[in-house]
Amino acid sequence: MPVIVVLLVVGALVDPVFLTVGNLTNVLQQQSALALVVLAEAMILIAGKFDLSLESTVGMAPAITVLVIPASAGQGAGNTGLLAIPLCLLIGAAIGAFNGFLILKFQLSAFVVTLAMLIVVHGLHLGLTGGKSLFELPESIIYLGGATWLGVPASIWIAGALFAAGIVGLGYFRAGRALYAIGGNADAARAAGIRVDRVVWTVFIIGGTLAALAGVLETGRLGGISANQGVGWIFMVFAAAVIGGVSMDGGKGTILGALTGVLVIGLVENVLTLKGVPGEWKQLVYGGIILVALMISRVAGGKAQD
Amino acid sequence: MSVHVEARNVTKRFGPTVALNGAGISITEGETHALIGRNGAGKSTLVSILTGLQAPDEGEVLFSGEAAPALADRDAWRRRVACVYQKSTIIPALTVAENLFLNRHQTSGRLIQWGALRRNAREVLERYGVDVDAGALAGDLDVEQRQLVEIARALSFGARFIILDEPTAQLDGPAIERLFERMRALREQGVTMMYISHHLDEVYEICQSVTVFRDARHVVTKPVSELPHDELVAAMTGEATTDYQARSRTPGAAVAISASGLSLRDRYQDVSLEVRVGELVGLAGSGSSGKVGLAETLVGLRRADAGTVVINGTAVKPGDVPSALRAGLGFVPQDRHREGFVPLLSIAENATLPIAHKLGRFGTVFPSRRRARAVQMIEDLDIKTEGPDQPVGDLSGGNAQKVVLARALSDSPAALVVINPTAGVDVKAKQSLLGAVEDAVERGAGAVLVSDELDDLRICDRVLVMFHGRVVKDVPRGWSDHELVTAMEGMEE
Repeated sequence: MPVIVVLLVVGALVDPVFLTVGNLTNVLQQQSALALVVLAEAMILIAGKFDLSLESTVGMAPAITVLVIPASAGQGAGNTGLLAIPLCLLIGAAIGAFNGFLILKFQLSAFVVTLAMLIVVHGLHLGLTGGKSLFELPESIIYLGGATWLGVPASIWIAGALFAAGIVGLGYFRAGRALYAIGGNADAARAAGIRVDRVVWTVFIIGGTLAALAGVLETGRLGGISANQGVGWIFMVFAAAVIGGVSMDGGKGTILGALTGVLVIGLVENVLTLKGVPGEWKQLVYGGIILVALMISRVAGGKAQD
Repeated sequence: MSVHVEARNVTKRFGPTVALNGAGISITEGETHALIGRNGAGKSTLVSILTGLQAPDEGEVLFSGEAAPALADRDAWRRRVACVYQKSTIIPALTVAENLFLNRHQTSGRLIQWGALRRNAREVLERYGVDVDAGALAGDLDVEQRQLVEIARALSFGARFIILDEPTAQLDGPAIERLFERMRALREQGVTMMYISHHLDEVYEICQSVTVFRDARHVVTKPVSELPHDELVAAMTGEATTDYQARSRTPGAAVAISASGLSLRDRYQDVSLEVRVGELVGLAGSGSSGKVGLAETLVGLRRADAGTVVINGTAVKPGDVPSALRAGLGFVPQDRHREGFVPLLSIAENATLPIAHKLGRFGTVFPSRRRARAVQMIEDLDIKTEGPDQPVGDLSGGNAQKVVLARALSDSPAALVVINPTAGVDVKAKQSLLGAVEDAVERGAGAVLVSDELDDLRICDRVLVMFHGRVVKDVPRGWSDHELVTAMEGMEE
């Protein structure tokens, strides 16, 4: 939280455009897709697991959907276009379920499994699309990412609603609290009657689904699916989660915290763009600022990070 | 009195290992029943079968004459039996209140009612007289408080049978007394208890009957009044054992460990001590006396605010373990699971960590030399293992502790600091651990032995008693329990 205030002040000093409603709405819209992945990762981290493959799902799920349901489908024969988003989410859920299957049934390390899946899923994306970007997409899949509801982009509403659901779900539902118990001490959770495997599996499936939804929003915002959609996001996702106070060791952190992490990342990026930092130096400055943000949240939080 | 809990002819195998072999136990309603056995006798397996975490391969479990519920029906199990496990089942990142009501939070509809949950938690804590703030993070509690919370949680399910699995292993004297008070009060309310401990005196103090397991089998069940101490030990070990005989020796003139003017805020103040070569000095005191903090300062795990430590004539850098090791120190840390060994690594690797540089040149390590050293250590310390390549995580508590001691002794240390070496270790392992410490002292090491157990301290040439962070007494060999305990409780002065 203090980091966000600092960023808002810095941003305002750097450029007067920064604090306008238009600019901030823009930041939120740009971050909404990433935010959903952070939400997914935060839940998985709290349950004491890992999912690196989410970033590949962001690109792959909508790409496959578009290949199955071409742009023309929505107009003529039946309304297969309406199935686009459900299909996309289903693909995400299936990837999550498969991750869960390997991790829980085969007792493999979540880190390694999802690292492999990151490559497999992205490879599938490249292979099936021939490495080309996809344009002329069905209206139904573009709609959510571009629409405006009550003067605010739909993607902000969606991300906001899902974060609200996440905050309530992890704060006020047994299933949500089970994540903390499992991440904090899985044996104790089992002893308390929590079905650890079932909960973890569900979290992976929800995670995959959210990543697919993020893919839909990103596709709609950009109007096309590049071969690189989602690539490299996972670093931002982890940075956002950790800045937001989610522990990499599991059992600690809140969804609200994760949300502040996303906002920090978004504001930093925005400030850099407004300041006109040259492209080739942006990465360096960006990484440096994330480190500083980590240090500030560590000092403000008062506890050692783990 | 009727039988409350019974396990009949229970057999449980894990792969080729038979953990329980037709063993059984029968506990009368309202009694406190001790279950005793050496490490690996099958006690923990029986606990997991009696709590419904594992099904027996053969045999049956009965509660008040009725067959036990199905394994999947956790709630039914928890209404019958509660367990305070050896390993804490508290989740540190959650509040005390949430730990109490984990997975059975108060809800309206499906939403958790945090207010009601906290109120109920306060009620439960109050009912069982646990003076802990329900809103505190469980991780911030000390061991005793955490255990009380676990007991309150266990009872709040309505179970009338509690298993206490080595509850005193991490408590100091006064805390153990308070736990026993509580157990007596529970017994008066008609609660049946099964009590597991390596401390045989506790069995006589708190239990009415005792069952002994040995090598996965039931050996004997008797009222404690009919089973004197030596017969109990004989039943555990399968042989008559004599009490450990401490050896006497004459310390040399040179100083192995010396500390002067050591102070660490909230731990101890202005402590000076000198341990000569060939001398074994005990450190005694309650949990808050600062004895462990002092010992950890000597080895460099903690950095004192003031004062100096000299090991084997070298002034070591404060708070720096490598510098102490270079000066010729070996040590056994307090918590073997946390600081003592790397569970996935083999015995050979664990035991030779400090001397890896001597097993090859230029940073290489010869596996053959390492193996040879490890075989020697296994023999010297009588470590029960399949071989030097077995991971330490697979060993029982006593044997894992021997590996930790082997590591401390691996470099023929001139100075030795040993903290609670016999915690959670059975009678025989205890004797060989203490014997190995004495051997090292006879070879000329100066040693400090910190222990919560008076019996361990008997091997010391003198015992320094600490109270509230100060050394209050220097007791030469030949002390009585009473003498030492009064000093530890600060009753002199």
